[in-house]
Amino acid sequence: MLTVWAILIDGFIYASWLFLVAAGLTVIYGVMRILNMAHGSLYALGAYAAASALGWYYAGGGEQLWMAFAIIAVSAVLIGAVTGLAIERGLLRLMYGRDEILMLIITFAVLLILEDVMKLVWGTTPYFAYQPYAAMGRINIDVLTVSQYDLMVVGVSIVIGVGLWFWLERTRIGKILRSIIHDREVSEAMGVNVRRMFTITFMIGATLGAIAGGVTAPIISVVPGIGIEVIVLAFAVVVTGGLGSILGAAIGAIIVGLARATSIHTMPELELFIIYAVMAAVLVFRPHGLFGQAIARKI
Amino acid sequence: MNTTQQRSIWQKTLLGTATSVALASAGMMGMVASANAQDTFKVGFVTFLSGGASGPFGVPAAQGADIVVKAINEGTLPAPYNSKGVNGLQLETVVIDEAGGPTKQVEEYRNLVQRQNVDAVIGYISSGDCLAVGPVAEEMKMFTIAFDCGTPRLFQEIENPEYLFRTGLDAVADNVGAAHYLAETRPEAKRIAGIQQNYAWGQDSWEDFTLSIEQLMPEAEIVNNQTPQIFQGSYGTEISALQTRRPDIIHSSMWGGDMESFVAQANARGLLGQATALLTTGESGLHRFDGQAPNGTILGGRGPFGGFMPENDLSTWFTKAYEAEHGTPPSYPASKAAQAILALKFAADNSGAEGVPTPEQLAAALKGAKFESVSGTVDMALAGGHQAMQPMLYGEYHFVDGKAELRNIRSYPGECVSAPDGQNPQEWIKAGFPGAKCD
Amino acid sequence: MKLERTELSLIGVAVAVAILAQFSPNWLVFTLTLAISTALVVMGVVMLMRAGLVSFGQGLFYCLGGYAVGLGGRFLGITDALMLVGLGVGVTVAISMVLGLLVTRYREIFFAMLSLAFSMILYGVLVKSHDLGSTDGFGVVDWSILGYQPGTGESGTRAALLLALVIALAIALFLNRYFKSSLGLACEAIRENEVRVEYMGISRQQVLYINYVIAAAIGSVGGSMTALTAGHVDPTMAYWTISGEFVFIAILGGTGHVAAPFIAALIFTLVRTYAVELAPNAWQMILGIVLLLIILFLPKGIWSLFTRKRRTAS
Repeated sequence: MLTVWAILIDGFIYASWLFLVAAGLTVIYGVMRILNMAHGSLYALGAYAAASALGWYYAGGGEQLWMAFAIIAVSAVLIGAVTGLAIERGLLRLMYGRDEILMLIITFAVLLILEDVMKLVWGTTPYFAYQPYAAMGRINIDVLTVSQYDLMVVGVSIVIGVGLWFWLERTRIGKILRSIIHDREVSEAMGVNVRRMFTITFMIGATLGAIAGGVTAPIISVVPGIGIEVIVLAFAVVVTGGLGSILGAAIGAIIVGLARATSIHTMPELELFIIYAVMAAVLVFRPHGLFGQAIARKI
Repeated sequence: MNTTQQRSIWQKTLLGTATSVALASAGMMGMVASANAQDTFKVGFVTFLSGGASGPFGVPAAQGADIVVKAINEGTLPAPYNSKGVNGLQLETVVIDEAGGPTKQVEEYRNLVQRQNVDAVIGYISSGDCLAVGPVAEEMKMFTIAFDCGTPRLFQEIENPEYLFRTGLDAVADNVGAAHYLAETRPEAKRIAGIQQNYAWGQDSWEDFTLSIEQLMPEAEIVNNQTPQIFQGSYGTEISALQTRRPDIIHSSMWGGDMESFVAQANARGLLGQATALLTTGESGLHRFDGQAPNGTILGGRGPFGGFMPENDLSTWFTKAYEAEHGTPPSYPASKAAQAILALKFAADNSGAEGVPTPEQLAAALKGAKFESVSGTVDMALAGGHQAMQPMLYGEYHFVDGKAELRNIRSYPGECVSAPDGQNPQEWIKAGFPGAKCD
Repeated sequence: MKLERTELSLIGVAVAVAILAQFSPNWLVFTLTLAISTALVVMGVVMLMRAGLVSFGQGLFYCLGGYAVGLGGRFLGITDALMLVGLGVGVTVAISMVLGLLVTRYREIFFAMLSLAFSMILYGVLVKSHDLGSTDGFGVVDWSILGYQPGTGESGTRAALLLALVIALAIALFLNRYFKSSLGLACEAIRENEVRVEYMGISRQQVLYINYVIAAAIGSVGGSMTALTAGHVDPTMAYWTISGEFVFIAILGGTGHVAAPFIAALIFTLVRTYAVELAPNAWQMILGIVLLLIILFLPKGIWSLFTRKRRTAS
């Protein structure tokens, strides 16, 4: 019984982390049809920014928890938005209209470059910003403990998910974006400034990636290469759920999260490929993912 | 358009490109070769400069090596290494990134030997790289020292090594030592669990450790082993899975950032209050935990390295020089790299060669030798004189008044933790450590 | 059989490389052999690209080829290089015939991710195979060819290069014809518009399936040659970053010609080895910048350099 509870709790905690990581990826793909490999780098940038800002805050004698959260939010949003703007304006803008796969390779090149840039800026020594994680304390359920910080990540993820949904479904910009998703040419003809919408979308997607990194920073040790580890995971979640769908990303994250927790608690040997097995299984039965829509074929 | 004409044009271009690329590369090689003057000894140093192993291992190792190389060139090392250079020659290093997997490392190794014309190669943290490069070193007859990789298969696969040396212990010693330490200091422990990175290192470590526990603590029960992916970073689910099994001891061979993350998370979740962690590579976090590991956590340093270094002239000098340059005391990868460079100096100084010693002269000088190092006197007694036999040490982490220290340190001699030459280590453990001298 | 001019020139280049290799330093011979092996796998990626599919899991077949060589030598006692390569092709064709039934139903990113998933599952299985050395992998036996023992050392590397050259030449000649055959042309038609291809009475499923299996077999040959040359196999061969590297080289070369992957693989290998040497801390950045420059200025790959010259000439 304890194991069942543990699977449910761990599964949902992991799922909300996965959703945070995948949300930005799916937003960018949905609107711009770009599968952004550099999303992993934005995650890493957010983590590095938050970890070094937190380190500086705690080294200066700070100990307010709410200040720590503000620092995470501000540093992640800043670095995400600025890098997103730079990538979109400086590079992607020159490439629009190219093949979807070529765009993917371009973002792969960005990933390679950012990996080394981060190494030049932050070095290779691991960064630790464990204080908020430790300070939040834990809840005990028999021998099982749940970190309150992890519960907060679940909260953040729900807020971001609902916020994204509201933004896309209930605001003017959201309506414009949906029109672009539906038909780029027609929206352009109707006077939509598609390029500006692309800039906004990319910045938001990039910021979401950086926020995911910033929120994760107090849990992990921030080292070179964390972005690369995350990117395939995010891809798997997004493809399982259906590309470009927020709800899909959420459901995909929950399925993958629960499957992984079940495997770890009962058959730890299978953990390495459970995610890929889930993705392959979903794609066999739903070729475009759970919530993906088949695109009408052009004749 | 005339197809014949097009074809012949691209043909020429293609041939032209292929030849010019080949010629250019050959030309560059020539330049490198001619720049290699006779008054220097060129050594290739291969270590992780990118990826997850670079921060905790690769870069400290490069820094440790760099400090010793500089001191050798200036002649400022303590005795017996106070002569300038190696065999009178200035050391010149070429540093190469170990990232990219064994196939790429084999390629880079060949480039080092044949394009860069190095006189020796020191390096390799990853066991996979060691296993791939080892046979190539023998084939190319190049003096090579593996300074860190821990796989016991290295000298099982290469039966009669001539040019390949390892100046550290293999991973079997880590885990046999860990089991001895537990049996002596925590004889009441009943439930033992583990968490290892899901790759060869983790799997081998857990196998050797559980085999040794069966021999030394037959009462204890192995309750669970978690195998998270390497560089996974967050271990929330694994920690819950361990908690539900209620262990007394948690053995982990995780290293670097993964190990530090696990400790911080397990501590915050209270797991390390419920069970004592035994970290076979924990020493690399000694000055980084900052109180995040509870007092009493058991740490190992893969031998007498880092915080386990004995007091002698060399270790005192090394700790001081490293701290002056990098602000923290050297961790075990730094001391292991330093030891390999010292082994090279020892071999070169005693090769009896005029000018640059040949790989054969270097190998003859190091084979079966005893040399002074930061870890005390190193005895190249295993694998036919090609691998070091050294004691294994474990101790408890204590964090008092903002300073980390090791207490309750116990040392197990080399004859206690390493299988005698030629014996399969797993068989040796299963047979109850025949011939081991543990006093 | 009458040879075309392209074929004659391919043979000419291969002979020229074989002769030049006798005078080249050993490291260059080794690098060249690895580049040719890599180019073979890239060939498979290019074949799929010509049909509009991008595979992020070609490492699956690369790894199968490599492990077939390693296991065949270790457990079946086969030492003949051609037999080992053939064993890899046999295993790969069998597996790809099963997987092909499924994955050729997918397009775009779904094809990419599904192929990646299968490659990662193989990676996971190999990492768990403790007896096969897990992530450390294991060494490949000393091989022979038709009774001749090249041994290790210089002669071994040269023999490996000659073997790789012969195999690569045969494959390049085959593919040169294949690209111009009705099957090869149907692949390109599918990339442009698959519904119209169906209207013309061609089964796209069948075309893609055959194309997929051939691409897999060629990828396996590349893996086998890498294993024979490097003398070591390990699960990294199936990891997704390796597959990403193949796509990278394919884009670098372009899909214009059978020779493109070979040139791209050689340039990629040389750029990487010099970048690693000159800037050990920033070689990934150099690779990324080179890739971006190629995409910006040579959108059809390095091969377009040659076609551009042709245009100005005529």
